[in-house]
Amino acid sequence: MTKGRRKLSGVYIALMLLFLYLPIFVLIVFSFNSSKGYSWTGFSWKWYKELFSNELILHSLKNTLIIAAIASVASTVLGAAAAVGVFSMKNKTLKGAINNVTNLPLVSPEIVMGISLMLLFSFARMSGGFLSLVISHISFCVPSVYFSVLPKLRQMNGNLYEAALDLGCTPPRAFMKVVLPEIMPGIITGFLMAFTYSLDDFVVSYFTAGNVQTLSITIYSMVKKRVSPEINALSTILFVVVLMILLVTNVRSIKKERAKEKKMMKI
Amino acid sequence: MKLNARWTSYPYIVWMILFTVIPLFLIGYFAFTDASGDFTIANMEQAVKYIPALVKSVSLAAIATVLCLVLAYPFAFSMSRLSFERQKMMSMLIMLPMWMNFLLRTYAWQAILEDNGVINMLLNSVGLSSVKLINTSGAVVLGMVYNYIPFMILPLYSVMTKIDKSVLEAANDLGAGFFATLYRVILPLSMPGIVSGTTMVFVPAVSTFVISGMLGGVNNYLIGDLIETQFLGNSYDLNCGSATSLLLMIVVLITMAIFNHFSDEDAEEALV
Repeated sequence: MTKGRRKLSGVYIALMLLFLYLPIFVLIVFSFNSSKGYSWTGFSWKWYKELFSNELILHSLKNTLIIAAIASVASTVLGAAAAVGVFSMKNKTLKGAINNVTNLPLVSPEIVMGISLMLLFSFARMSGGFLSLVISHISFCVPSVYFSVLPKLRQMNGNLYEAALDLGCTPPRAFMKVVLPEIMPGIITGFLMAFTYSLDDFVVSYFTAGNVQTLSITIYSMVKKRVSPEINALSTILFVVVLMILLVTNVRSIKKERAKEKKMMKI
Repeated sequence: MKLNARWTSYPYIVWMILFTVIPLFLIGYFAFTDASGDFTIANMEQAVKYIPALVKSVSLAAIATVLCLVLAYPFAFSMSRLSFERQKMMSMLIMLPMWMNFLLRTYAWQAILEDNGVINMLLNSVGLSSVKLINTSGAVVLGMVYNYIPFMILPLYSVMTKIDKSVLEAANDLGAGFFATLYRVILPLSMPGIVSGTTMVFVPAVSTFVISGMLGGVNNYLIGDLIETQFLGNSYDLNCGSATSLLLMIVVLITMAIFNHFSDEDAEEALV
């Protein structure tokens, strides 16, 4: 790349980042505004105080966390077990069919997932609520666990498991001692993905929640009323939390890679 | 590996049949029955009347997808030519807004575009009159582009990091200019990223009801909004709503089939 072209691409990257971040920074700035509208009238913590005394938001945050915890643990167990089971199958057609069905929640529009589950619950005469929410969340979280564990099994050296058996391990013990540690990174990735998908979900929850309030459902009902400055405060807090998590995990992984490089140099 | 653990997948298989496959079939069942469960095609006849909304959804989503591609393509390419550490930082910066709830991201644009929003306040403060920004098709397209552009950038970026620098240099040495390199080397090599990015943007965009509801107002009623009101809103009718959803699913399946066809052709060409 010539110098001029490199400069141009730098400018373009900066502009795109501006496009991505400007709206978020607008929310952050106006979360500290002392009045309701979008003209600056002075600095204040008012909306943060109101946010933390808003019972509905706190209550729905609690619901969201409980549902995400249950759904992510359940889908991790279900999905990881499924990956192990499918991996030990020999029937290729069945394997392919299972993979295709697992893909369905990932490729179909969220609204279709939402209404199809709503139809199921109404067909089964089950009213929307906590249980229907947990079931729905597990259903769209479990494929991501399945697809993050399966490649770890494929990468694994199969001889290790057989060696453990030859050395006198019972199959369950060999699984726990040899296979499980190998696929653990995949299980953890899958769990984290499931947890964040569940936290972030709006569309599927919206159709299956009944009267239960989750954080995104509460947010939706608030933004429909247009100006609600507590939402600005909430966005700011969420942004800072996400930023922290990403910084910590990224700094850690970059440090790890640097340590690896150093080791390689010594060798 | 002689792992004998087929049974561990049985709960999962049962779960997926119960909560993914059967619900999808129920859409078909509800679409072709009436409230008492008898066969009818009245719902489909009603749903066909919504084709204008479907056309509007498809055209707005298509515009948004093209804009995403045009904006993301040079970005992803520039990003893939950065140093390793900068690339890591950039992909983090792209993912960060994605991790914010998408309702909040859309709400941010509502705050900016509203009649009393940030832009109009700024215009008024320098003595200019307000402009109508919210409740237009343009606002909906903007919301789609903003929300879904990371889904275009990331797949494009991941194929572009695999394009070796020496391939570009070779093209250059053999006399290809900038556009020839782009058209004959970079574009074919990045085709898988274009295909997956396009579907990842188009599918959520065409089925959205939140973005159109929050930024589009009553004049931009999309197919997603229709489905929403039939399931949870004032025109409650599960059967008719299912028929409308079936229409949406057909559109999604057709577009995906078209794109998969494109990617298959490219794979074959690459083999030759």
